[in-house]
Amino acid sequence: MSAPGIDPLVRAPVPAVDLLVRDAHVLDPRAGHDARRDVLVRGGEIAQISEAGSIEAPAGTEVVEARGRDLFPAFVDPHVHLRTPGQEYKEDLETGTRAAAAGGFCCVVAMPNTDPIVDSASVLRSLRDAAARDARVPVGFMPAITKGLGGLELTEMAELRACGALGFTDDGRPVVSAGMLRRALQYQRLCGGVLALHEEDPALSAGGAMHEGRVSALLGVAGIPSISESSMVARDAEIAGYEDGRVHMQHLSCVASVDAVAAAKAAGWKVTAEASPHHLCLTEEAVRGLDTRMKMNPPLRTETDRRALIEGLRSGVIDCVATDHAPHARDEKEVPFEQAPMGTTGLETSFAVLHTELVLPGVLSLATLVERMTAGAALLELPTPRILPGEPANLCLVDPDAEWIVGEDGYESRSENCCFAGRTLRGRVLLTIAAGAVAYRERSFAVSAAPEPEGAGA
Amino acid sequence: MNHLLSIEDLDRAAIERICDRAASFAEAQERDIKKVPALRGRTVLNLFYEASTRTRSSFELAAKRLSADVVTFVASGSSVEKGESLKDTVLTLSAHRPDAIVIRCPWAGAAALLPRWTDAAIVNAGDGKHEHPTQALLDVYTLRRRLGSLTGANIWIVGDVLHSRVARSNILAFRAMGAKVTLAGPPTLMPRDVQEAFGVEVRTTLDDLREADVVYALRMQHERMAEAYVPSLREYASVYQIDGRRLGPRQLLMHPGPVNRGVELSGDVVDSPQSLILEQVAAGVVVRMAVLYEVLASARTGEPAPEPQTA
Repeated sequence: MSAPGIDPLVRAPVPAVDLLVRDAHVLDPRAGHDARRDVLVRGGEIAQISEAGSIEAPAGTEVVEARGRDLFPAFVDPHVHLRTPGQEYKEDLETGTRAAAAGGFCCVVAMPNTDPIVDSASVLRSLRDAAARDARVPVGFMPAITKGLGGLELTEMAELRACGALGFTDDGRPVVSAGMLRRALQYQRLCGGVLALHEEDPALSAGGAMHEGRVSALLGVAGIPSISESSMVARDAEIAGYEDGRVHMQHLSCVASVDAVAAAKAAGWKVTAEASPHHLCLTEEAVRGLDTRMKMNPPLRTETDRRALIEGLRSGVIDCVATDHAPHARDEKEVPFEQAPMGTTGLETSFAVLHTELVLPGVLSLATLVERMTAGAALLELPTPRILPGEPANLCLVDPDAEWIVGEDGYESRSENCCFAGRTLRGRVLLTIAAGAVAYRERSFAVSAAPEPEGAGA
Repeated sequence: MNHLLSIEDLDRAAIERICDRAASFAEAQERDIKKVPALRGRTVLNLFYEASTRTRSSFELAAKRLSADVVTFVASGSSVEKGESLKDTVLTLSAHRPDAIVIRCPWAGAAALLPRWTDAAIVNAGDGKHEHPTQALLDVYTLRRRLGSLTGANIWIVGDVLHSRVARSNILAFRAMGAKVTLAGPPTLMPRDVQEAFGVEVRTTLDDLREADVVYALRMQHERMAEAYVPSLREYASVYQIDGRRLGPRQLLMHPGPVNRGVELSGDVVDSPQSLILEQVAAGVVVRMAVLYEVLASARTGEPAPEPQTA
């Protein structure tokens, strides 16, 4: 089957931007930039990149004085929950993509576990129509692998692909049956599209609400053992290898999963993986107080697991960062821990938290972080944002020294279940340009327009 | 002390203070008129989300003997079954202006949430499989009366530790009082990493049970068989039952109740002179009196409560 003819990314129409970013530290490891530069954007495209201070702003072009600030290719998140349709009280396409833009993202990929579930062309079409009205940044959609996420019947994957499906996932649930996953991988030869897998063996995890280990023993809360994930990662990598299929392992959380992905890659299997900011920065210790914001699936695990994830991200065994942004309403989270739904928001904090916790202490280089926060695009066969002349402007301007307290000024997201709430972070997104248009501007971030041409009134 | 949520919040001195106060209340319990006026005019609200005869009646008696007004809400049949959230239930009940809320709830950490929604003093009467702090306090009280001090005592907790809030609170309390705690039970019913979590020893058999000064048997729930934690009660009893053969004459026996005779304990040890089981029940009332007094008489001042007037 040939590649689908329609753009898998959708957003609301917005005017293309003309902008000069003057004297930013431009960092794009793929394009080979790591220096002070002026970047001129015209008509939504990157027109010119030159020595700092060398570009004169054409008349009417907004000038952003960016000395001391970083300009990155904007980020791509292959794993978010935007909750439309059916759960708009948690989030919707507009608030979710506003949160994405505020986090520096130019593209997000929405999961299908909505109500109704995105498992048919009609739901996908109406969702894309809604995104074409409401989305602030381009959104891609991954419909379900199995109807109703039930694990029993394949969705009409070929038709879904023809309607713009980026790939397929039963995220939130595993494909429990090895036979069903094998069928989906065989069918992938017809329709293409990566299969993104939430790896969890329910026979091992059922009833669990947090990592099984020291803290769950202390709290008397049923545990989710790390083997419930890693055994499925190993199983599914092997099935993918056997069928020569393409799979992406979502939200790795433990050492053994990282090892299994490394082994799969070494075997030449088409396996990629992601890790979330919360698994990279928090451990089971954060759950000691039974704060429901710390409840997510997979759960926060041990320091050993966290270190393995960081090392995996550094070495490239883990290809990209994905937030698994999972908004829930306040009253859903304001319940005893075991009753609370799983998930934390993450779009607005991902860069800042990884910058603060990994880059500033010297654990991860800034260039590697930028690479891993944009690598999700290629994994889903989307164009990677690059700061190169002629490319669409996908840019993220960051003040690396700005300190802010998470949640202090509220959130763009409709929900506030952020596991990093109250933390002081360093690094703040000031401006996001997504596919050639301004998607976000930080409230206090002053911009100075170049002088208007004579006679051009406001 | 404003609330009693977890044994973790108490140090040895606080545990001893509560036990001492319980002892002074116990003297009053020997009289014909058992009531003391210590909490006259105060309202204690029992909020029970789980069936519990002994803990509930023990708290009710404790409140009444302190002359407090007591109201008990049982979740079954109430608005909770109509889908009201814990928060809404607590907000609603708080409108009655209780001075203390005693809560039993099937979810870990539930009691600790209540201070967000009410000004009442909160007493945790069991939150999921997490903690049951008043049980631990009454067990310490009972043992102190028998042993004088728990320092250096060897206490074995035997049975289903995985599902036991009593075990978790008692491990913390016994260790805080200087005892050495050993856990024994089926490996399927022992939490992973429990050794590291609590600093206890873990055994899978009762071969060395003679090391124990105190044997604390846990209740074996019948549903654990259906969940395949153990193959049969018969096999469980053959390996883990505390019976006359396993229990030495100088060892003390405890159990949080209700006892499954013939499962975790043989009938003869329940009735033996080593058994403290009925003393534990009696201690329940005076220890809960001490806890209610502690949280209510000191709740607003932050100071340790003054000595109650027991005359």
